[in-house]
Formats: sequence, C-alpha cells, structure tokens
Amino acid sequence: MKINTQKSWVALVGNPNSGKTAIFNLLTGLNQKVSNYPGVTVEKKIGTAHFNDGNQFNLLDLPGTYSLTPESMDERIVTEQVLHWIHGHEPPNTIISVVDATNLSRNLYLTTQLADLGIPVVVALNMMDMVKDEFSINLETLATDLGIAAIVPMSATEKWGQKELLDALQKSIAGETAENSFPIFLNDDIAKALYPLKEMFVEHLNYNERLANAQALRLVTRKSTLEIYNDLSANGMAKDESFMRTLRENRQAAVEALEDVGIKHRIMEATLRYEWLDSVLTTDRVHIDAKLTEMSYSEKVDKILTHKWAGPAIFVLLLYFIFQSIFTWATVPMDWIDRGVGWIGNQVLQLLSAGMLRDLLVEGVIAGVGAILIFLPQILILMFFMTILEDTGYMARVAFMMDRFMTRIGLHGRSVLPLMSGYACAIPGIMSTRTLDSWKERLITILILPLMSCSARLPVYALMIVAFIPAVQVFGFLNLQGLTLVAMYFLGTATAFILAKIFSIFIKVESKSSFVMELPPYRTPLWRSVLHQVFNRGKLFVVNAGKIILAISIVLWFLASFPKVEEVVVNENPIRTSYAGKIGHTIEPLIEPLGFDWKLGIGLITSFAAREVLVSTMATIYNVQSDVDDVVQLKDAMKSDLNPKTGLPLYTPLVALSLMVFFVFAAQCMATFAIVRNETNSWKWPLFMIVYMNGLAYGASFIVYQGGLALGFG
Amino acid sequence: MTLFDLKDGECATVQAFTGEMELQSRLVEMGILPGIKIRRIKTAPMNGPIELKVRGYHVSLRQDDACNILIQQ
Repeated sequence: MKINTQKSWVALVGNPNSGKTAIFNLLTGLNQKVSNYPGVTVEKKIGTAHFNDGNQFNLLDLPGTYSLTPESMDERIVTEQVLHWIHGHEPPNTIISVVDATNLSRNLYLTTQLADLGIPVVVALNMMDMVKDEFSINLETLATDLGIAAIVPMSATEKWGQKELLDALQKSIAGETAENSFPIFLNDDIAKALYPLKEMFVEHLNYNERLANAQALRLVTRKSTLEIYNDLSANGMAKDESFMRTLRENRQAAVEALEDVGIKHRIMEATLRYEWLDSVLTTDRVHIDAKLTEMSYSEKVDKILTHKWAGPAIFVLLLYFIFQSIFTWATVPMDWIDRGVGWIGNQVLQLLSAGMLRDLLVEGVIAGVGAILIFLPQILILMFFMTILEDTGYMARVAFMMDRFMTRIGLHGRSVLPLMSGYACAIPGIMSTRTLDSWKERLITILILPLMSCSARLPVYALMIVAFIPAVQVFGFLNLQGLTLVAMYFLGTATAFILAKIFSIFIKVESKSSFVMELPPYRTPLWRSVLHQVFNRGKLFVVNAGKIILAISIVLWFLASFPKVEEVVVNENPIRTSYAGKIGHTIEPLIEPLGFDWKLGIGLITSFAAREVLVSTMATIYNVQSDVDDVVQLKDAMKSDLNPKTGLPLYTPLVALSLMVFFVFAAQCMATFAIVRNETNSWKWPLFMIVYMNGLAYGASFIVYQGGLALGFG
Repeated sequence: MTLFDLKDGECATVQAFTGEMELQSRLVEMGILPGIKIRRIKTAPMNGPIELKVRGYHVSLRQDDACNILIQQ
C-alpha cells in the first residue's frame, strides 16, 4: 500500500516493547506482529484507520527505537525518515509517540526528540492498566512542558482509550502547531558552541529555533548524524557540498570548544534531556527509585527461567517438546488433508473424461500441491510456538542466557533469535539480523543461518522418516522417529556453530559489538495476534511456495509425460524415457555414490527452487508411472519401489538418511540467496554460501552412504 | 569500583564511564547516566552477561562492558 497524500496520515513512533504494534493493530484492525523482542519490527508497515467521525487516515508503523540517533540499522531507518519529513518531504500530519507508562522517563526521551520536529505530537500513554492506581503525573502539565498536542492514557491490550486517542489525533491535525522554544536549558558554554550550527540550520534549511537547536545538539553529540545529512545531500535533499563542508567544520569547532570547558560532548544530548525529564517527572523518579529493590513478577519468574542451571535445561527441554509435538499433534490433520486431496483427485477422475487435461490436473496439479499442503499442519505448529516464545518475552531471555556461548563462537546473544527463526524460514531470519549492530556478527549469522533446518525441509524429513524410520521406542521413552528429526536439527545447528567459529577467525571486518539489550517484562501474548501471525505465515507459505510449486508441478508433469511413447513396453517405466528421465539419468553417475537414483536426481534439481518441491516432484513422478488411476500414497510408493537390477527395495533407510543429511546442508532455496544478496549488497556472499553449503552436502552425504555400506547397513 | 565488582542483588549509583564510545552513547540514551541508581539483578548462565534494573526496567550488558561503568555503593 502506498501512502495516499490526499488523505491525512499519521506516523507511529516508539521504543521497542512499548506496545506500538498493538496500537497499530488496534487502530487499523490489520493484525500484525506484536512482539516482546527488541527490534523485531524491521519492516515498514502501513495501514488504514478511521477517525470517530468515519474519515479515513493512513497509519505508518516505524521500527522501534530508543532515540533519533542513528546507531543500528532500525534506528537509521527512523532517523532518515524523520529527516525527510523535516525537509518537507511528505511529513505526517501528526506523530503518535507511543509511551510505556510503566517506563516513563526512558520512553519520553524519544518523545522529547519528536516534539522538536515541528510536527504535532500526540502521546499514546500505553499500558496504563499496569499502573492505574499508582500514577501520579499530571498529564496536562506534562503535555505543556513537552510542547506537544496531547497525552492520552490508554491500554492497547485491554482495548480502552482508543476513542480518546482518535479524537486527540483529529484535533491535533486540525489545530495549529505551537511554535514553542527549545524547552531544554542550554548553559552559556553550550549555547555559544552550538550557535554557528544552529544558525546554519535556520538559514539554509529553514528550521525553526527549536528544531535548529535540537539538530545542532544531536550533530555535536553524535557524529553519525553528519553521515545522515551527507546521505541526504546525495539525494538532493540538503543544499550542496559547501554546506556539508561548513557543517563539518562548525561541528569540529563546537566539539573543541566544549572539550576546552570540560563538557563531555558525546553524552551531552542524553544528559541534558534526561536532566530536564527527571526535573519534570520528579514524583515518577522518586517512585521508581523506591521500587528498585522490590521484586517484580518477571524477576520472580526469571529466578527459574534464567537460573544458572535450570534456565538452559528448561530451554533445551522446551525445544525437544516443540519438535516432538510437531510430529505427534500434526498426524491427525495431516491425515485429513491426505484423504481430502485423494478425494478431490478421484472426483476429478470421475468428472472428466480421460485425456491430457485430466492427466495434467490429477497427476500434475492436485498431486503436486496436495503433497505440500499436507505439511501445513507441522509448519503452523512450529510458527505457533515461535510466535508465543517471542510475544511472551522469553526470546530475549534466550539471548541473555546464550550470549556467552554465542560470543565464544563469534556470534552475539541477539543472533539466537534470527537463528531460531531460521528453524521456521531462513528468509525472515536473515532479515531480522538487522537488529545486530556489528557488521561482522551480522554477516556470520547470515552465512550460517540457512543451516538451521527450516520448515521447508520438514516435508522432506517427514516423508523420509515416516516411510523408512520405524516408530520404535529407544531407551524406553524416546521415539526413534522423533529422535531422528531432532538429530537432523542438531546436525545442522552444530555444524552452523562450528562454521561460525571458523568464519569468525577468517573473516576480517572492522566492527564493534556491544550487548545492551532490554529484558521486557513477561506478558501474556495476545492470542488473537498470535493466531493472526500464525495464519499470515501459513498463508505466506501456501501462497508463495504454492505458486512456485504449482508452476514446477506443471513443468514436471510435462517433462515426465513427454515425449509420449507410442507403445508401452511391458515392465518399462514410461518416465524413464521422458525428458525428466533423461535429465535424471544424466546426473545419476554424479549422485550414485550418495545412494540416489535418477528419480531423486530429478527431485534434487527441482528442489533448487525450493526444498519442499522434492516431495511434490516425487509425487508427480510416482503418479505418472502408476498404472492405477488413483492418487497413490507417496510413502508407500517409495517403499515398494524396487531396484530393477537387484530386485531389492530401491530406497533403504540408509538412502533416506543420506538424503536427509544432504538436505541439512545443501543450498537449495533460490529466494534465500536473493535475500542475502539484498542484505549484504553483493553477490559475493550468496555465491560463497552456495559453494560451501553444496560442498558440505555432497561430502556429508557421501560419508553417510559409503560409510553405512562399509558397515553393512544397506 | 566498577559494575563488574558489584555483587548480584546489590544496589549502586553510576558515577562515570570509561572505554568505548558506542557503549556509552547507547547506555545514556537508555537513561543510564551518572547519578542514576541501579541494582544488579543477576549474572547469566555460563558466567554470561549481567542483568540490571534501572529506571524501573531491566537491561542486560556484558561483563566486559560492566568494567567500563564506574559506580559507588
């Protein structure tokens, strides 16, 4: 959706975990991600909402940020956006500054920065349900002090205050912006040092006094602000190169002047703003300090969940529980889907007369798409657990607990979340590495992330396990099937960690890293939001993957069905002489040492588009060659397929194992590498990944199959 | 003394910062400034980062960085 400039539009800005996304959902009705992990809202989200009188407006949800100083990538997005606004490029009619009432001063820090912009600001004072009885701040006085339009107490989770917020928004859009002066006191030394910069902003960029003071203060405090102005001038936003040069020189002069009088310019903005805020919020400050030694609910929970020994143990048990339940809970709905697809296939068989169209529909489209739909329950269950872990705030604790270990292998505690999202899908995982400030840690996280077994591998694992791994109990209580699945996840994860260490030694990139991360209070997830999130991810899988799979299924059906043989030779497999068969046979010598035949060869080629396509490919191949006009059950077909030379089963548990190991490592998903290209801004890294992953896949599969044969499994 | 020396569960007041600028600016933006009262809640498993309570919220930072925060009890 594009912003319609004819309508009014409003921007949502706030700290991570302030409930910004919950308010976005409340106003727009579009349910999106409500998360407790700092910085999860990387993407720009736009929605449409209605005022109380029915008039429409657009709402933009910006990434969560603690300040307008560009430090991490998310913050840079917000800072750049804000600079575009103040330079007259489609500024919002009003900014909603979302403030967590339980954490007033730190949240209002950003509000003070927003209030300087000359755009009306309405504070949505969220989470009032948590502090109702003990809140002692006069909101009207505070709004006047901050120089903003209004402060509206509300609770996005309990859904009250929405009407009042909408009224305040509409009033602030209709009203005039008060042209007030910079509220923060600057002593003579600071005012003198900032003066030349302030004057430049007023003269060249037409900033008002308040904004000019604010930007001069920020520019002197953080050099990175200069880079943002530089980038903007490249886009023709600022005036010219001589302006940038003067800006740089004046900044340097200001820094030196401040150093001469012993003012620490690097923490100047924060010091001044917090001093001012603390003076305005004295009652809040007293209250907060009194509670310092009081044990909060989250602290009590963390006594166990981040306990030295119990914490990591609970985390591991939780992971085992999640993966085991993917298998056990999904069987029933999978059976329904299986039968449903079979039923539809049979209906089509009866409705249509024999011919090309019927063959295409039944053998290509229905069989191919059906073979993928069957894994939807497992993917939804995984998404469900991941979303809950994020929304409760547990994910941040995982990062906290794992940081020491992650640092040892050259990563960051915050890499845990992208890596764990990688269990669902590498693409959102790679995108969420933007929360890592250090480029080196970010790059290594991206490089190893596709080794985390994603949900697209699940169909392949599931098919192989159900068909070839017996459901026996080991050690009395563990199921061999579940254990095999865990082993595959473990293999990918362990290799990823080892490679991370190796990469961190060999990749030389200058970058700094720190670990300052908020641990948000534990919150009950909003169930509606969790379900919507799961639904949206599932839809994304079905629609996006479905499109590719449908196209590939049709192409494959064509390749597998043509050229048509005139006379069917008895005991001759028609697919063998088809185009697909020829391709498969061509690469067979290459993959034979891994235990794969030409049919799996076709599957390997098609799965380079997307891993799960292997399953639909096999389904298409077996349906094409089956004589019975029925949608066969793929696992039975593969199990009963015999090697024409030996007469023994073609696919053994060892072949299944070798194939699964191949899928753990192989670079197969084109979309992943397109995203890596975007995020690293070069083809160098995606190409490197394709080479190392496929090398690893071939080597590991070779060892498994040949080793297995040598040991007499076969 | 520094935050590193503070025991889990104890309170202190931040005095000054030393060391890297990136860390300092991140801390001050989150309101962890000289003069602010903090409590060290705990140390993460495997002798990992430490958890602080400040301004009513919880934040974690690494032990190496804690060495750069001067405090007074």
